Amino acid sequence: MGRLIWGLSGMVLASLAHAAEYNMPVGVTEISREVHGLHMLIFYVCCAIGAAVFGVMIYSIIAHRKSVHPKPADFHESIKVEIAWTVAPFIILIAMAIPAAGTLIKMEDTSDAEITIKITGYQWKWHYEYMDEGVSFFSNLDAKSNVARQLDSGINPADVPNYLLEVDEPLVLPIGKKVRLLLTSNDVIHAWWVPQLATKKDAVPGYINQLWTKIEEPGIYRGQCAELCGRDHGFMPVVVRAVQPEEYERWIAERGGKIGGGSDTAQAAPVEVASAAESAPVASDEPQELTRDQLMAEGEKVYKNYCSACHQADGSGMAAANFPPLTGSQVANGPVDAHIDMVLGGKNAMAAFAYLKDREIAAVVTYERNALGNAAGDLVQPAQIAARR
Amino acid sequence: MSEHHDSHHDDHGPEKGIMRWIKTTNHKDLGTLYLWFAFIMFFIGGIMSLIIRLELFSPGLQWVNPEFFNSMTTMHALIMIFGGVMPAFTGLANWMVPMMVGASDLALPRVNNWGFWILPFAFTLLLSTLFMDGGGPASGWTMYPPLVLQTGDAFPFMIFAIHLMGISSITGAINVVVTILNMRAPGMTLLKMPLFVWSWLITAYLLIATMPVLAGAVTMLLTDKYFGTSFFTAAGGGDPVMFQHIFWFFGHPEVYILILPAFGIVSTIIPTFALKTLFGYDSMVYAMASIAFLSFIVWAHHMFTVGMPLAGELFFMFATMLIAVPTGVKVFNWVATMWRGSMTFETPMLFALGFVFLFTLGGFSGLMLAIAPADFQYHDSYFVVAHFHYVLVPGAVFSIIAAIYYWLPKWTGHMYNETLGKVHFWLSAIAINLTFFPQHFAGLAGMPRRIPDYAVQFTDWNVISSVGAFFFFIAQFTMAYNWIVNCVMRKGAAAPARVWEGAHGLEWTVPSPAPYHTFETPPVISDSEITAVHDEPAAEPSRA
Amino acid sequence: MSSNTGGYFVPAPTAWPFYLTIGLFLMLGGVSNYLNGHGASVLIWTGLAISLAFIWIWFRGIINESESGKYGQQVDMTYRWGMGWFIFSEVMFFGAFFGALFYARQLSLPWLGGTDVMTNAVLWPQFENAWPTNGPGAVGGEFGIIPPWGVPFLNTMLLLTSGVTLTFAHHGLRENKPRRNVILWMWATVALGATFLYFQVEEYVVAYQHLNLTLESGIYGSTFFMLTGFHGMHVTLGTLMLLVITLRLMKGHFKPDSHFGFEGVAWYWHFVDVVWLGLFVFVYIL
Ligand code: HEA
Ligand code: HEA
Ligand code: CUA
Ligand SMILES: [Cu+2]
Repeated sequence: MGRLIWGLSGMVLASLAHAAEYNMPVGVTEISREVHGLHMLIFYVCCAIGAAVFGVMIYSIIAHRKSVHPKPADFHESIKVEIAWTVAPFIILIAMAIPAAGTLIKMEDTSDAEITIKITGYQWKWHYEYMDEGVSFFSNLDAKSNVARQLDSGINPADVPNYLLEVDEPLVLPIGKKVRLLLTSNDVIHAWWVPQLATKKDAVPGYINQLWTKIEEPGIYRGQCAELCGRDHGFMPVVVRAVQPEEYERWIAERGGKIGGGSDTAQAAPVEVASAAESAPVASDEPQELTRDQLMAEGEKVYKNYCSACHQADGSGMAAANFPPLTGSQVANGPVDAHIDMVLGGKNAMAAFAYLKDREIAAVVTYERNALGNAAGDLVQPAQIAARR
Repeated sequence: MSEHHDSHHDDHGPEKGIMRWIKTTNHKDLGTLYLWFAFIMFFIGGIMSLIIRLELFSPGLQWVNPEFFNSMTTMHALIMIFGGVMPAFTGLANWMVPMMVGASDLALPRVNNWGFWILPFAFTLLLSTLFMDGGGPASGWTMYPPLVLQTGDAFPFMIFAIHLMGISSITGAINVVVTILNMRAPGMTLLKMPLFVWSWLITAYLLIATMPVLAGAVTMLLTDKYFGTSFFTAAGGGDPVMFQHIFWFFGHPEVYILILPAFGIVSTIIPTFALKTLFGYDSMVYAMASIAFLSFIVWAHHMFTVGMPLAGELFFMFATMLIAVPTGVKVFNWVATMWRGSMTFETPMLFALGFVFLFTLGGFSGLMLAIAPADFQYHDSYFVVAHFHYVLVPGAVFSIIAAIYYWLPKWTGHMYNETLGKVHFWLSAIAINLTFFPQHFAGLAGMPRRIPDYAVQFTDWNVISSVGAFFFFIAQFTMAYNWIVNCVMRKGAAAPARVWEGAHGLEWTVPSPAPYHTFETPPVISDSEITAVHDEPAAEPSRA
Repeated sequence: MSSNTGGYFVPAPTAWPFYLTIGLFLMLGGVSNYLNGHGASVLIWTGLAISLAFIWIWFRGIINESESGKYGQQVDMTYRWGMGWFIFSEVMFFGAFFGALFYARQLSLPWLGGTDVMTNAVLWPQFENAWPTNGPGAVGGEFGIIPPWGVPFLNTMLLLTSGVTLTFAHHGLRENKPRRNVILWMWATVALGATFLYFQVEEYVVAYQHLNLTLESGIYGSTFFMLTGFHGMHVTLGTLMLLVITLRLMKGHFKPDSHFGFEGVAWYWHFVDVVWLGLFVFVYIL
């Protein structure tokens, strides 16, 4: 996979392609190049000092061993020398600190960005919201990897393209535009990391951290969550698809968004209701009683976003990972309250989904009871969820 | 005083059987207990690391599920740090500090007994969590909320275990400080003390200053989980990141707690085998003092990515880089001590030299991590794992191993087998680099830490690392055999009082094995036993 | 300052610490089970009983040794250093909680309140930062606070006075004044400590029953109760220690020239006193 990225990242880097396996990527932004530069600089400084120190040591080990140098000298102090080797490193460090400070200041300057995207970490997936364009969606570990990564799945990861580094829906960004990323989390701390962009920041619940990037090369850039966030920390990759601005605009339009503000969320309703936990306006001015079709339609979307990763799209579950099937399960066919509680409260490996809106839970529960081969027949209305909370 | 002392002398000789060990207030007995405890913990922690390496041997999940993997990572770290290295250093302090300053025992022998006996119980609490609902703690040894608050039944056990470890460390540290400040034989002025004693004086200070802070931090976790406080919840006005600040205010000094005694050990061993006095005794002391001071103002270098204000990031970057200066002074002094010495390479010396090479290497990667912009790439990747294992394993652990090879003949009166010792060193030195060097590459190539499974392009590095890990673990058995059979079971050759030709210091003036009670009346210190030679107080380099 | 007085004091082997540890082990294990909702109060109480018993036995042992003149000047010095460093560690423990208070007030709350524009605008638009607060989520609901110039001020006075009476007692002891006076000053000190505690409890009752100020009241409640609570525990301990010292004085313990048991407790009491001043200023007034 390294190859693919590099191939796209132009001649200069292509020559380094192999480095992908053992060195920090040079990356595809001005910042990432500067960071790589600092990395190499400090590395060479350390090599030089190391060579000197170890050189002297090795020489002395050989030349001053007892058999060749039986008579030890008896000096044990020299203020001059000691001051020298105190001051020298100090100066080297200052020389190091100046460029480092420069880059750091640049990295922290998120002003005048053209696009703002809110990234929310969930256990264990990312949610992307284009603040002005009114587009938002979840990005889960792609199904192939998800199956292969189960304990003794019997699938050889090498046969899975981009194993653990592929998602169902990547973040799409236009090249050549300064993009500001607002990071936060819905549950525990996560960290959004894409080595090629030299962007890593924690997503802290209740706070917003800011990042910015300006990608220069179109391509697909892959990274992972970089802060321990529980069981599936290793399984929430980040994938960024950098495209030409025109293509980006087309994509936004397809997703029912509008370039440049006026976020009219209602217009994006179908996508919205299903996926965005925070698309507030939608739920409110809707009739509280929903028809079966509404529930089933939204339920299917919610199911796809939140449930299918484990219970599978067809509800067959995943025996290898003892993710129970929903098809024919007691919960999905038994008393509805137990079913609602399960979704709200979670159980063992099953996460709690209380953070979803009543409407979304109502929809997904209805869907689970009347699709996936189940036919409990009953409808669940948002009011019932509110009652069970 | 003294006659009373003789009067009940007989009744505190070693008792028989298990009660001897439960009731002992003797610094040598307790030192031995500490070391055995650490020894066992090192192996438990080692086995956990092998489970980690086994799962990481190839991509895909073959052996354990992610939750268990995370609890292995967490437990491995807690056990190695709080159960392995710290008790081992305390054990060495128990054995050596009183002998080195010419005291009969530590200042508070009963408290010393307490400090030790807390440990087995604390770790029983901690290890028992592996068998509980929800498994052991799995949020990393750093215990960041909110994740740690998702821990199952293990949670309170872990918190209380840490409280107990804290009590143990603090009592141990107070004991050492007081012994050093109050029990030195006449003529043993502060600036004549062996550097191991100095290193422990400073370490003990760090322990007393930071352990209570850790206790406070985990107490807040406890109340946040069970009593509805909001220290670490934004909705209540708290901040999850606040925990990280408090934790690392403890955590960074903690890492120097894990290395300063090692500096002391190496500064003792190198002169012995170079037949030459230590170069720059004063600057060694000042350097350790400055490191200790700096360690209190660099903590947030563990948190560059949490979104601190720019000013904070700049400050912590600069402060962190400064630590390279005093540490450098120490490295240079060691090299200068070797320079034009007349060196022999017995096992302790080999491990000490291995320490200087590999610790320095780990220090370099530390310095790279200190460069905040670059740390955005390194952070929470295997590059960090490589860094701290270089300073911890061939750093702290090598120094412990060196110290035991160095003093074990004095303790037991019997020599270990030199050839086997050398074999052990070379096996360990090779294996440890196999284990941890490739992790630099994996990290730079983008492999995050704390993951049970990884993308296929990281496979090669992980295979080498796993092989090295098993290799290293097995290599330790040569050491265990050598120590237990030759020294503990007294199969080795008898050791003279002054085990090493170049060894100076009060501990070498008593016979080997050292009698149960040394220096019941303060010894007279001959100049030849003073390891600190300095004509006039040197200028203070580490101020730079 | 290498001090030395000829022979060293080496205590006989003892299992007190071991049994004390068993007590602590049982107690903490019990509390853990309790917190996990598995009951297990038996463990807690047995553990507590064992711990207390051996703390008692241990200190009694020390007191007997001290009274039978086994401690020379060096042991005295050891206890001084030991107590000093112990108090230092206590200071650092409180430091953690004061640190939390300052962090919340100086950093996290302002951020939530808008100095961190995005955090406020996107996540907590309705929140302005004003102390006291239970955070943007109004965790624990509306609450009132304890005005500093009522009971807390009174308590400040009580503690300061207790410091003075304690010092009088100390001088009395040093200058070998009639024991009666010394003991009276001590009882006064103990009484002041106890009164402080009484008012503290009173204050908590008011907070919980009338002000809806509880541990759950967001960051304010958290810092308020954790700081005053831990301080309260230390006052309780200190008062008990003062009581012991008083009883020992009545049994004729301590000499004008050697009475570290007394001084150690005095140090501890002054430390508790100083911590309170910090609390009064940072928790109640500011
Ligand atoms: C024994 C323990 C130990 C020691 C001694 C050190 C020493 C140092 N450490 Fe390390 N560190 C850890 C244990 C230790 N560390 C641990 C356990 C972690 C991870 C915790 C976790 O997240 O789980 C960590 C993590 C860690 C980080 C955070 C990384 C991240 O999570 O993103 C950083 C960042 O600055 C850092 C820096 C340093 C520095 C600058 C030193 C310096 O003290 C090194 C100084 C030494 C030298 C520089 C070499 C000798 C000097 C010379 C030869 C002089 C000339 C040299 C120059 C001028 C370059 N360490
Ligand atoms: C002192 C501390 C210490 C020591 C010694 C070790 C030793 C080892 N560690 Fe680890 N490790 C940590 C501290 C330590 N570690 C920490 C803090 C973390 C971070 C945890 C987290 O992310 O939260 C970590 C994490 C960590 C990881 C990353 C896990 C992850 O991110 O998911 C890995 C992976 O390879 C690893 C491997 C190893 C290996 C193979 C060894 C081998 O060296 C083990 C073999 C060693 C022995 C068997 C001991 C032999 C020595 C003796 C027997 C001495 C005898 C002494 C006396 C007699 C007193 N460790
Ligand atoms: Cu999300 Cu790690
Ligand atoms: Cu650090």
